[in-house]
Amino acid sequence: MIWGIAQLVLFFAVIAALTKPIGLYMARVYAGERTWLDPVLRPVERLTYRLAGIDPEREMRWTSYTLALLAFSVVSAFLLYLLLRLQGVLPLNPAHVPGMPSDLAFNTAVSFVSNTNWQAYAGEQAASYLTQMAGFAWHNFMSAAAGLAIAVALMRGLTRHTAQEIGNFWVDLVRSVLYILLPISILLALVLISQGVIQNFAPYHTATTLTGTTQVLPMGPVASQEAIKELGTNGGGFFNANSSHPFENPTPLSNLLEMLAIFLLPAGLTYTFGRFAKDQRQGWALFIAMALLFACGLAVIYGYEQAGNPVLAKLGVEQHLSALQPGGNMEGKEVRFGIANSALFATITTDTSCGAVNSMHDSFTPLAGGMAMLNIAFGEVVFGGVGSGFFGIIIFAILAVFIAGLMVGRTPEYLGKKIESKEMKMAMLYVLISAASILGFSALAVMLPAGLAGRLNAGPHGLSEILYAYTSGTGNNGSAFAGISANTPFYNLTIGLAMLIGRFLTIVPLLAIAGSLGAKKTVPATSGTFPTTGGLFVGLLVGVILIVGALTFFPAYALGPVVEHFLMHAGRLW
Amino acid sequence: MGRYLLTALRVSLLTIVLVGVLYPLLITGLGQLCFPFQANGSLLTTGGTLRGSALIGQPFSAPGYFHPRPSAAGAGYDPLSSGGSNLGPTSQVLHDRVAADVAQARTDNPGLDTVPADMVTTSASGLDPDISPANAYAQAARVAQARGVPAMDITALVTRCVTGRQWGFLGEPRVNVVHLNQALDAAYGATGR
Repeated sequence: MIWGIAQLVLFFAVIAALTKPIGLYMARVYAGERTWLDPVLRPVERLTYRLAGIDPEREMRWTSYTLALLAFSVVSAFLLYLLLRLQGVLPLNPAHVPGMPSDLAFNTAVSFVSNTNWQAYAGEQAASYLTQMAGFAWHNFMSAAAGLAIAVALMRGLTRHTAQEIGNFWVDLVRSVLYILLPISILLALVLISQGVIQNFAPYHTATTLTGTTQVLPMGPVASQEAIKELGTNGGGFFNANSSHPFENPTPLSNLLEMLAIFLLPAGLTYTFGRFAKDQRQGWALFIAMALLFACGLAVIYGYEQAGNPVLAKLGVEQHLSALQPGGNMEGKEVRFGIANSALFATITTDTSCGAVNSMHDSFTPLAGGMAMLNIAFGEVVFGGVGSGFFGIIIFAILAVFIAGLMVGRTPEYLGKKIESKEMKMAMLYVLISAASILGFSALAVMLPAGLAGRLNAGPHGLSEILYAYTSGTGNNGSAFAGISANTPFYNLTIGLAMLIGRFLTIVPLLAIAGSLGAKKTVPATSGTFPTTGGLFVGLLVGVILIVGALTFFPAYALGPVVEHFLMHAGRLW
Repeated sequence: MGRYLLTALRVSLLTIVLVGVLYPLLITGLGQLCFPFQANGSLLTTGGTLRGSALIGQPFSAPGYFHPRPSAAGAGYDPLSSGGSNLGPTSQVLHDRVAADVAQARTDNPGLDTVPADMVTTSASGLDPDISPANAYAQAARVAQARGVPAMDITALVTRCVTGRQWGFLGEPRVNVVHLNQALDAAYGATGR
């Protein structure tokens, strides 16, 4: 396992090393300071403001900021819906893909506007090149930019002193795209092409294989979308097989770069936050809490996947790691990634709201698959989605200081802002809305024939498939226990609603917190203030995340992954 | 609200042009300029005929060829239906499929020592072009016998075709089955089918 562990350590070392430079750069971008890209991008930025009629100097209160975000989301989702319905008669459609039916188009439009990228369709069969680039890739940029904007608005709220405004949504959106997402995507896309990711507008090729059979090779502008799909923690694959497809992720190096791209901005935001707070230790405390949870989740998934499936072991399948084979549970995994890079990718994609996959989570051993699901259910706060991970962990930080405050009988403070009943109500709303959506919709699905019909696997694994679907939808993750037949009116509608709830019903309380904290005075720290930079805070924060997640979801998981684990070792099959 | 919707529409149209159209076109232009082979799918062509892609697995079932992993993509290695089996670890269907494949592997390769995991499991994409070196070596004796070639020569060919870890440490050692079978045909003629 030395090779495997070395690769995991290398990955994290690179992320840790990139956190400061990228975080510093983002801090400059959001403070409106000059960057080295200004000579090229500043004119484009000015032109955008002029053509869109935006006054970049005018800041917004939290209510206007929220309205602008919602207006943008409604308009962009509607445009994508139209595109999906009409793609059959629009250009750039060499494979003659027809328009999507209304329930699938609704589900897909919601999926992309909410940064989920849940895919009830298979890209190579159901999306034209125009849809992929002007629909999906565009949304990948914009939903990630919206997430960054919200995170920055919250940072301003936390760190400003008696301010009514939390920034200008349009400016945050445009600067996120121009200065952060676009330049990195261009670089990443080119390196991915060098590794074999395709980028063309050719029609699908028909090949005669070495043994004389025919094989149709789908083509398309994949690399440009692959880059932003990972960088924006979107996760919607160009092809059905997502990042396990050799045209999306052909080599171990492309795999490493895609994984780094997923964690890059969320990790960097912790440093950006420290910059805003004028105390880098505030950012590193969050980073360390996230790193601990990341390591625990990875150890569980890697451990159980490398141990393999005892059912196959009994059939005489050799699952031991050796110099000549990766061993382990290879069902649903690619040989070039083996176990280590599949486990790492699965951890990263569920710690964040990415949802891209390079292995099929449905075929994971029960506790490894359960851990992936739990990562999402924790609220994707382990680095988390671009922007959404940051604001998610701030909710837990508020809960943590509140609990610490209760223990000593003091009004809790975070960054000198008093946490009072309004903030606590909004924070609890944030936590409860997600849990209610996941568990409520899952309960509905297991009670209705339309829900039960979607399962591919029987027994406890079938329940896991349903639970994972609503966890992924609500968490705006987009990965799946993909055996589930989700392209039915029932699942398209309910998962569509779960994605809307998980994105927009949580953003409103969050921006309300940003607004109310921003308006408060910043009180100086005293000897009685609970420090939010030390080991005690990190421990408390990790504890709160684990306890809230465990208490909320343990009963459901006991009936799914946990019972399946024990019955698998007892040799029970379904 | 109307004012916000109008701004939203304008920002949408501008960004569609920028990142939905110009950005992919820029990447396509640069990709075609710098890495045309990769950008077009790493296509394999012999004598003007397109034989597939170096990155996409192909089905082989004759004893004189190395066999790829089982595939859940359509009827097997169908790139229009990429994907895995999605069978869970306690699935009876998975158990029965693997049991049948283990039996088949033992029939095809008499004297097979152990059955490497990747020999009887489907990949995530259903298009995995690679098998583990253990899997390739396990098939060498069968291929040699079918082609009437000394087993040592086939084993040596496999060894030459092993792709090591990228940069010496990334990913897993592997053998590209399409390359390997192409090399077989080049060395011993396309007679093994």
